[in-house]
Amino acid sequence: MPRLIAKSPLAGSWPVTHGGVSLSELVLEGITSVAVLPGGQNAVDKALKPLGVAFPAPGRFTEKAELRLVWTGRDQAFLLNGALACEGAALTDQSDGWACLRLEGAAAADVLARLYPLDLRAAAFPPGHAARAALGHMSSVLMRVEGGFEILVFRSMARSAWTELEHAMQHLAARAGA
Amino acid sequence: MRLTCPLCGERDRREFYYYGSDDYLRRPAEGAPAAAWDDYLHNRDNPAGETRDLWYHEAGCGQWLAVTRNTVTHAVLAVDLVAPVAQKRGRK
Ligand SMILES: [Zn+2]
Repeated sequence: MPRLIAKSPLAGSWPVTHGGVSLSELVLEGITSVAVLPGGQNAVDKALKPLGVAFPAPGRFTEKAELRLVWTGRDQAFLLNGALACEGAALTDQSDGWACLRLEGAAAADVLARLYPLDLRAAAFPPGHAARAALGHMSSVLMRVEGGFEILVFRSMARSAWTELEHAMQHLAARAGA
Repeated sequence: MRLTCPLCGERDRREFYYYGSDDYLRRPAEGAPAAAWDDYLHNRDNPAGETRDLWYHEAGCGQWLAVTRNTVTHAVLAVDLVAPVAQKRGRK
């Protein structure tokens, strides 16, 4: 049987740095949508216990080591880098549908300010916060982590997101004379 | 104009898709007279003052919202999720 080699959504895009901000691809070990069924919250909470994460409040994510559960909508979250079995939720494999980009550096929030109509300063959007919001014109899930941001976009838009982010980084670096 | 989505927080008006009056939430029951359907489908008030309409948070959480606002002062008075109300009604 032939062995297929999985390609990440941004395979071939090497990390770039402009003005002290770095952009790279983050390859996740699986994404599962956890859509809580009516009356299923208790069962979901129970199933999550052994994983060490609680179901996130709107606009937040919870995590333990590599595993993360990020709020993505009403009664819905994405489980990153983990697996879950539970009758209380509709679980769907989203692994190949999304790309994850990581933006790091002191001015990362300034770069995103050019693309997101949100207040992303550390005081308003600290680590552990998440948002469903448009990156330019693309749907995305934005997460604030220690040292930067992680952004989920539809896989088909991975390169557009990369290009837009790199342009914003270049513009900011040029302004700073870096 | 900004709307405070109950889930996403305060967001720019351009993130939302406008649908129309919240009359659409009160669909006549089966067998309702033609006049009720006429009202439901076609007849709308145009108030100078408080009104309630439906918006979709397209660039955010993807929820339908019922927005109470004042057409004279432009004040946004309340933003409520439609789904929990609709779900409750469905269970009756
Ligand atoms: Zn929303």
